[in-house]
Amino acid sequence: MKPLEYIQNFGLSLFLAGFGIFIASFFLGNYQLGKEALSGSLSEREAGLLTPHLESVLGAEHSSSFSLVQEVDQALQAANRQVMERYRITSSELQAIGALASDNKPIRFTSDLLDEYYNSDQEVLQFKKKGLQDYGGWLQEREYRGEGELLADLEKVAENYNRYGIINQQGFDKYRIKDIKYQLTKDATTGPIKDHPWRFLMLTYGCCILGAILYFFPKLKTEGPPGIKNHHVQFSAMKSRGWLGILTGTFLILFYVVLYFFPEYMTSWIVMVDPISYLLKGSPAGRFFLYGFIYTLCILVMGVRMLIHYRHSNYQMLRTGSVMFFQTAFAFLIPEILLRLNKPYFDFKNIWPLDYDFFFENELSTLLSSGSLGLFMLLWGIALIILGVPILVYFFGKRWYCSWVCGCGGLAETLGDPYRQLSDKSLKAWKIERWTVHGVLVFAVIMTAGVLYTYWTGDSQLLGLNTYSIRSVYGAWIGAGFAGVVGTGFYPLMGNRVWCRFGCPLAAYLGLVQRFKSRFRITTNGGQCISCGNCSTYCEMGIDVRWYAQRGQNIIRSSCVGCGICSAVCPRGVLNLENASENGRYNKPDLIGNNSFKTQEAGD
Amino acid sequence: MGKVAIIGNGISGITAARHLRKLGDEEIVVISGETDHFFSRTALMYIYMGHMTYEHTKPYEDWFWAKNGIQLVRAWVQKLNPEEKNISLSNGEIINYDKLVIATGSKPNKFGWPGQDLPGVQGLYSYQDLELMEENTRGIKTAVIVGGGLIGVEMAEMLRTRNIEVVFMIRENEFWDVVLPEQEASLVGRHIEEHHVDLRKKTELQEIVAGDDGRVKGVITNSGSFIDCQYVGLTVGVSPNIEFLRGSGLELDRGVLVDRCFRSNVPDIYAIGDCAQFRDPLPDRKPIEQVWYTGRMHGETVARTIMGQETAYRPGIWFNSAKFFDIEYQTYGNVWPLPREDEQHFYWEHAGGNKCLRLVFHKEQKYLLGVNSFGIRLRHKVVDQWLREKRDILYTLRNLRKANFDPEFYQGYENMIIEKFNREHEHIPVKSVKTGFFSGLFS
Repeated sequence: MKPLEYIQNFGLSLFLAGFGIFIASFFLGNYQLGKEALSGSLSEREAGLLTPHLESVLGAEHSSSFSLVQEVDQALQAANRQVMERYRITSSELQAIGALASDNKPIRFTSDLLDEYYNSDQEVLQFKKKGLQDYGGWLQEREYRGEGELLADLEKVAENYNRYGIINQQGFDKYRIKDIKYQLTKDATTGPIKDHPWRFLMLTYGCCILGAILYFFPKLKTEGPPGIKNHHVQFSAMKSRGWLGILTGTFLILFYVVLYFFPEYMTSWIVMVDPISYLLKGSPAGRFFLYGFIYTLCILVMGVRMLIHYRHSNYQMLRTGSVMFFQTAFAFLIPEILLRLNKPYFDFKNIWPLDYDFFFENELSTLLSSGSLGLFMLLWGIALIILGVPILVYFFGKRWYCSWVCGCGGLAETLGDPYRQLSDKSLKAWKIERWTVHGVLVFAVIMTAGVLYTYWTGDSQLLGLNTYSIRSVYGAWIGAGFAGVVGTGFYPLMGNRVWCRFGCPLAAYLGLVQRFKSRFRITTNGGQCISCGNCSTYCEMGIDVRWYAQRGQNIIRSSCVGCGICSAVCPRGVLNLENASENGRYNKPDLIGNNSFKTQEAGD
Repeated sequence: MGKVAIIGNGISGITAARHLRKLGDEEIVVISGETDHFFSRTALMYIYMGHMTYEHTKPYEDWFWAKNGIQLVRAWVQKLNPEEKNISLSNGEIINYDKLVIATGSKPNKFGWPGQDLPGVQGLYSYQDLELMEENTRGIKTAVIVGGGLIGVEMAEMLRTRNIEVVFMIRENEFWDVVLPEQEASLVGRHIEEHHVDLRKKTELQEIVAGDDGRVKGVITNSGSFIDCQYVGLTVGVSPNIEFLRGSGLELDRGVLVDRCFRSNVPDIYAIGDCAQFRDPLPDRKPIEQVWYTGRMHGETVARTIMGQETAYRPGIWFNSAKFFDIEYQTYGNVWPLPREDEQHFYWEHAGGNKCLRLVFHKEQKYLLGVNSFGIRLRHKVVDQWLREKRDILYTLRNLRKANFDPEFYQGYENMIIEKFNREHEHIPVKSVKTGFFSGLFS
């Protein structure tokens, strides 16, 4: 066995070296902002506004993204201040309008009044006029007893206009600021990674992949014959919330926070995958290309580990092969190739409400303007929601999606597999889970209803709520925060299905069908359970499987993703995932073996 | 309403407590010196191997007991005083009872070998044994296991996960051949060796030798050879843990003697599980049943008698299961190591040598009597039904697929089994069955 252990140690070292270089490469960029970058990333108006504030930055060398981002940020703020200065409506203007208005009795606020005051074609004045008109619609034709009264209302109008009407249209709003900071930093990135991306790809990803493979393959021999080998899991600093697990969790959380909220700092990593992006879609990489690339690699490499670990089980091998395939082909390659063909980016296996922006108007208009393929995509997406989910869940349970197809599930079942035992099995956790997961489903439905309402009526207010605010709250807190930061970042702390269990609205929908109308169940084998607890321990969804197994009752839980690990780790062959007639699916507890009395256990 | 005291919080005692609670509102006290809460004894090995922590092995959350009005007392019982209807505990407390259930389980056997009490020599039954094993095996190189039963092979598996060399001494010709027919015994033996365990057949322990530090340093076998080791596991079976009852007036043999309703000779005192011995054993069953499943059934059954519904123990078809490293074993009905006079055995083994199936049937009437299965999961309900209904061997073979409990997409072995049967029994051929790859998906 010794030589194989050397290979494993070498693999581990190689992996750590690759990972170390990857981390180091985060800080390895130089940044030099050129004129071309400005014209490339900004509209003419924006460039005109911003360039004067960037004079000192242009052409200067920055050794870290932090200082460049800071300067760009300051330039953007300065440009915004300038815009504000220019378009702001001041109290003196309002007083002048008020004075004009009080020339007539009764005092009124009318369009004529504005025409009279802003009587020039000057762009600034026209913009102010339109602003007062738009924001002051509610004042029109109102009668005022005095000039003071009108002025008070005008102040409110001007305040709203100043706050919401100027920057969004004439300056840089917060979304655009994020975009520009990211885009300019990326364009400005120079240095060794930019010059030799392939070299760095090999040094980081290449080493990590090779190292991992060298670490995994000897397990075919070192771990003995095929079978469940969860040895030392509970002693492992990585797998039992030890220092390694906490460190890994921290890294993942930071990674997600940067990816979703501060992508401008990770441009070195993005530049590194540019060549792959060019290969696939003929254009440079964005942050989500980087994410998709890493995500797919994790599923593939850790999928290989999974295949080795569970090689005694055809169910596990096929299931793992399936998530590896769907991630690589459907989530990663096909959408990028579609882009290359000038077609809409589309993940054919993603389903609303997990795919929460499926009905956003920009998505809908992209699909609707993409000819018959776009229309097909739209109908396919809708068919998955209303036909695919109920029909397939009826026949196979929600597992067809959650542990065979889904990307989140795919990552959980591969990268996350070493952490499955960390899920909370308590009754309390189950109670919390039911509130949160169904809560997110309700939230997603309301958010989408608002989106569609706005899409069809053009009105952005629904029941007093701004539909744009709802979707941005959902996107930040659920889409990025819950699904990403918590969902994956907490793998080493709370297990690999935190998102799927507590947050995923699609899992909630699939689960409702599974609970009430499905042929799927986990059956228990007569009286063979010995209450050992392996099933519950390794249930990633935190289901107390043993509770059912030891009383001989089918396990029908909306959360069960059908990963089949409970059945795999059971030492006595007690659990089996089965599709069968709905009759007797909800069975009375029944333990075979004791004929001493008639009625068996009738509930605890 | 009375007070029921239960000594022992293993599967028997706890099942009795739970069922007493279901049937009535007696005051229930469970006393254990071993642990605060019920845990799965069969899972001890997984704690050592790092598959689970002790917490994971508790089948019920800690709040369960208070919620169900089951009091837990952590203490060892020192003395039973039947006249006063009380028990004295190690903490000085005295607990009165109206009814008493003794469910104290077993302790590992020791057969008087020289050196059997040396530091580093131990059996494995209780949580304390596990803690001791953790201590005794820390950093050691070689271990010797004496006695080839279920605990022996578990201990071998445990030690191998710590990369400890294991010499596994068994008295028999093949592993556990007092229970398993030779072919199964040899299949398991081969698998044990595949896990780099040095399986020494027909080898008995002569003496355990101490080193200068007073700890075990080796063993001498009956052939006189010396095996260097730092740990000796004694796994030569277990016997009822009833020492504390000597002189209490309870009638004892190897265990507490009970009738079919688990009543001892003293009124209101019952014994269940490993520590109970039937005065009048059931046909083809042992007087002392030392299996998880029987412990559970004893608990379910005695609760009824205690609650006034006199219920005799009438177990159904025998079944048992185990896992030998990677190979799962299930048995149903009676499979004796050698066919009895009126029995015929049919044995199939997979070419890979780690899966097999044995069907025992009546020589003349051809009905099914027992099944042994290794590496293939069988459906308890179906096999139980066939055995009860005395289904004949041809029916069994034709419907074997229905008895399969392997996960989806597993290879079906039914046709290989049928083929072999037909080769051996040309006069009663069985048609092959459909075992498609996707057959399970739409059953």
